[in-house]
Amino acid sequence: MATKVIMPKLGESIVEGTVTGWYKEEGEEIEEYESLLDVETDKVTTEVPSPADGTILKILVPEGETVEVGTVLAWIGEPGEEISEEVEKVVEEHKPFEIVEEEPSTDEPLKGQSAGRDADLGFISPVVSRMAQENNVDLNRVKGTGMDGRITKKDVQRYLEEQEGKPQAEVPIWETPADGDLFRPTEMVFAKKEENIPPKKSITPSMVPGKTIPLSPMRKRIAEHMQQSKRTTPHVTTVMEADMSRVTYHRETAKGEAERNNVHLTYTAYFLSAIISGLKAVPLANSSWTEQGIRIHNKINLGMAVALPDGGLIVPVIKNADDLSLIGIARKVNDLADRARIGKLEPDEVQNGTFTLTNHGTKGSLFATPVINQPQSGILGAGMIQKRPVVINDAIAIRPMVYLSYTFDHRILDGASADTFLARVVDTLENWQ
Amino acid sequence: MSLSTEKKKEMFWVMLLSRRLDERAWVLHRQGKIAFHISGIGQEAAQVGAVYAIEKGKDWLVPYYRDLAMMIGMGMTPKEFVMSLLGKAQEPTSGARQMPSHFSLRHANVVSHSAPVATQSPHASGIGFGIKMDGKDEVVLTTIGEGSTSQGEWYEAVNFAAIHELPVVFLVENNQYAISVPQEKQMAVKSAADKACGLGLRGIEVDGTQMFEVYDAVKEAVEIARKGEGPSVIEAKMYRLTPHSSDDDDRSYRTREEVEKHKKQDPLIVMKDQLIEQGLMTEEEYQKLEEKAKKVVDEAVEQANQSPYPKGDEAAAPVYAQEVNHD
Amino acid sequence: MTEITMVEAIRQAMDEELARDDRVFIIGEDVGVRGGVFRATQGLFEKYGEERVIDSPLAELTIVGVGVGAALYGKRPICEIQFADFIYPAFNQIVSEASKMYYRSNGQWTVPMVIRAPYGGGIGGGLYHSQSVEAFFTHIPGLKVVIPSNPYDAKGLLKSAVRDPNPVMFFEPKKGYRLIKGEVPENEEYTVPIGPAKITREGQDISLFTYGMMHHYALQAAEMVAEDGIDVEVVDLRTLYPVDRETILKSVQKTSKALIVHEDNLTGGYGAEVAATIAEWGFMNLDAPVRRLAGPDVPAVPFSHPMQEWFMINAEKIANAVRELAAF
Repeated sequence: MATKVIMPKLGESIVEGTVTGWYKEEGEEIEEYESLLDVETDKVTTEVPSPADGTILKILVPEGETVEVGTVLAWIGEPGEEISEEVEKVVEEHKPFEIVEEEPSTDEPLKGQSAGRDADLGFISPVVSRMAQENNVDLNRVKGTGMDGRITKKDVQRYLEEQEGKPQAEVPIWETPADGDLFRPTEMVFAKKEENIPPKKSITPSMVPGKTIPLSPMRKRIAEHMQQSKRTTPHVTTVMEADMSRVTYHRETAKGEAERNNVHLTYTAYFLSAIISGLKAVPLANSSWTEQGIRIHNKINLGMAVALPDGGLIVPVIKNADDLSLIGIARKVNDLADRARIGKLEPDEVQNGTFTLTNHGTKGSLFATPVINQPQSGILGAGMIQKRPVVINDAIAIRPMVYLSYTFDHRILDGASADTFLARVVDTLENWQ
Repeated sequence: MSLSTEKKKEMFWVMLLSRRLDERAWVLHRQGKIAFHISGIGQEAAQVGAVYAIEKGKDWLVPYYRDLAMMIGMGMTPKEFVMSLLGKAQEPTSGARQMPSHFSLRHANVVSHSAPVATQSPHASGIGFGIKMDGKDEVVLTTIGEGSTSQGEWYEAVNFAAIHELPVVFLVENNQYAISVPQEKQMAVKSAADKACGLGLRGIEVDGTQMFEVYDAVKEAVEIARKGEGPSVIEAKMYRLTPHSSDDDDRSYRTREEVEKHKKQDPLIVMKDQLIEQGLMTEEEYQKLEEKAKKVVDEAVEQANQSPYPKGDEAAAPVYAQEVNHD
Repeated sequence: MTEITMVEAIRQAMDEELARDDRVFIIGEDVGVRGGVFRATQGLFEKYGEERVIDSPLAELTIVGVGVGAALYGKRPICEIQFADFIYPAFNQIVSEASKMYYRSNGQWTVPMVIRAPYGGGIGGGLYHSQSVEAFFTHIPGLKVVIPSNPYDAKGLLKSAVRDPNPVMFFEPKKGYRLIKGEVPENEEYTVPIGPAKITREGQDISLFTYGMMHHYALQAAEMVAEDGIDVEVVDLRTLYPVDRETILKSVQKTSKALIVHEDNLTGGYGAEVAATIAEWGFMNLDAPVRRLAGPDVPAVPFSHPMQEWFMINAEKIANAVRELAAF
């Protein structure tokens, strides 16, 4: 009997994938484990092996199409076997991201639910509306015990008391209730849901002659991500400069040894190390904004932005970077960057970052105002390392200086805490041992 | 009954000044400069005669809205009156809260009155009651139009005063019309004084155009009251030479002939002639008084015009007293 | 402390004020020799004489009008209207004169007087001996309107009313004259200020605003519903005018549910002002509509016992209203 080929779930919260190419055509034969098609999900392209030996009876989803995870892409079997014409969706039984939810929920959290009759929640009295707003309560989560099941003031009070009682630290991220929207893109996992922004009138470019470049899935995703990040998070950038003399000296002495171990020791590794110091000193900078509160991450997963050869950007993540030595970090940097450039990253290598570094100085940029990689709370930009005259002990010296631009989420951090973090990074670099 | 010549001339002056001031108010109204005026023209003789019969500052006056001449006699200045016509800030009767001619003058023991008629009469009895409780020899003079004596308030006030023999003189200024309603529709008796006997107190009738006769009648009643021998009702009969107020058209309820007839009995002319006849005043003196009156009225109008209006939000107070300020 | 009835407390207040201030006197029908039809002035005529306790003619207008005059003169009259139902002939003097005198004379003349009258039903009085009249007067700037619910307040508030330089309407719940007893300090000079309401029972679930006889029943109702787990905050308004908005709103802020109880007819009754106050300034604290439990909109309290009881509010009716509101 024929075997289905389905769109695989390539990451914890991947919801869909794009067929970017078939290795075989209908009627061709294929072996089990042989590469059958390429699938792109959120910037990562993965080869999908054939699930069985046989002939490709039918290809249901052509190249370029994006379908939901579980969709039947093709059928493999003996020639002449019967197959279903419909494009079915196979729903996996095992749902790792199950949310335990008592109440039916809506698409958006009800921040700012005003008093009055609500379609789902029933009558919301003025005091319930006010308390919900003041305490950031999603009324969908509150059980109503009033007349006709309405949410009463007491219900809200009870809910708030229960919230206070919950110990935050012990609850793993994936058990923290979200708003019930399953299978969202990676970056959206902890992000605040988009508010109801009235559709802007689209501004079309005037009829100036030119050409329109169609949007690739990656471009679309980058655009979406950048837009959403800027829209939801108050971005503030603070800039400090660091004297890289000691780092430069250290690198000179250490890179020989590194090469012998097949590690190309770059400044990136130093920046990442310094970031780790900073995050350890100011844990608030290693966090994410949630409606329930500021989530301080236990792990330091550092992302580093990598420019891709044909345009675009990807951010591979070094998990548990604080477990690694400088050389260990450098090794990881090499590996991830190489594979990023050839599109060979695994899906979970671009997920769950807690902080990001962007080396924007490679082409000469001095300092910048990088955009936060949601759902993180900060991104550090390292500009070009440039010899500049500086004043030391009232004398002028020439030093290799670098501007570090730290963009932070001003909901979580203030100038003081942000500067404490950045100063620590600077300090680590300037006093490198 | 001994009024000195000086006193008589002074009383005439008050009549004259009051009249010219009253007339000026009419002019201001017809010029569109004031909104309302209610006149006492034709009633000055009775008012001045009565007010000189009490001891100013010691006795009490509870007037009604036609008593301009009385108020001038009690010390209200023409400027103050014009200020009240214009509604200027801090005019003494009410700080411009009341319409003009709702008199009050604390320093002269003149009690504030309102517009629902006859409400002042029980106040007069109440003051008389207080005087009696304290065993003082002050007297209360209260006035009212003949139409208002139809109100229960008046009867109850007079009744109470009679029961307790209070030192109150109820002066009824019978000008024969209550707006358009003539006396015969107001009472079955010939004079308000006739009502007195039904309530058990003295009732006296007097010619309201004769200043000194009124003076005598009121003086007598005041002495009786002062001795603790009880209240009196005095009706002074006169005629309202003007319409009820600046908004009234009296042609609908009385003839011009009737008005002309009574104009010949205008108490100002009557008293002027009397004083000249009796050799108490010369024609020249009279002319001088007229000139003086005009000058005083002109000045009053000018000064009142220059005084400021109140700010709107002055009306927010005073609602509640923090203390009693007249013990 | 001794326990006395409300009418005795009122009598004591007048006795003490007559003794304290020569200018105070009482005028009303039957207040002198007879000591008042409810015995509110019993013994005062004998003690202070006919100069200070005056039997007036059967004329409410006279009682109040003469009172106004005497107050202008410098006295401190306590004018008794025998039944609030008979206050209307004096309405002109109260509203046109007493309330406005200070304002209209730009502060020159004050009227420091008290007009007191027994009000309310439940005593078999029918239409003309049972009325509540406070709604007419809680609308007149220049007046103060006070309604005590217990002997301690009755005495303290009446003394304050006598000393107040403004005209004060003092309505006494006649059903409670002898029914309501309470502790009053002996030989101790005290007053209760006119103005603030009093929280007589603190609670979390419902704010119950009331006054007069209904306060007595409200406390009873609160105990009844406590067994159902409903915690009522009872507020005795005491001074109805000026309105103590602060206490009202603070209580609603706490409980988020408000019930107003008064004997007077519902429509246009004093409860409407309290409800409007809460709706306007306490909206964001409300967890339920503001409710009023009041007398039905019929011309007055009927005589026949079952009909009277249909009209009158009691602890049971209040408790039911509370339960309904609690369940919202």
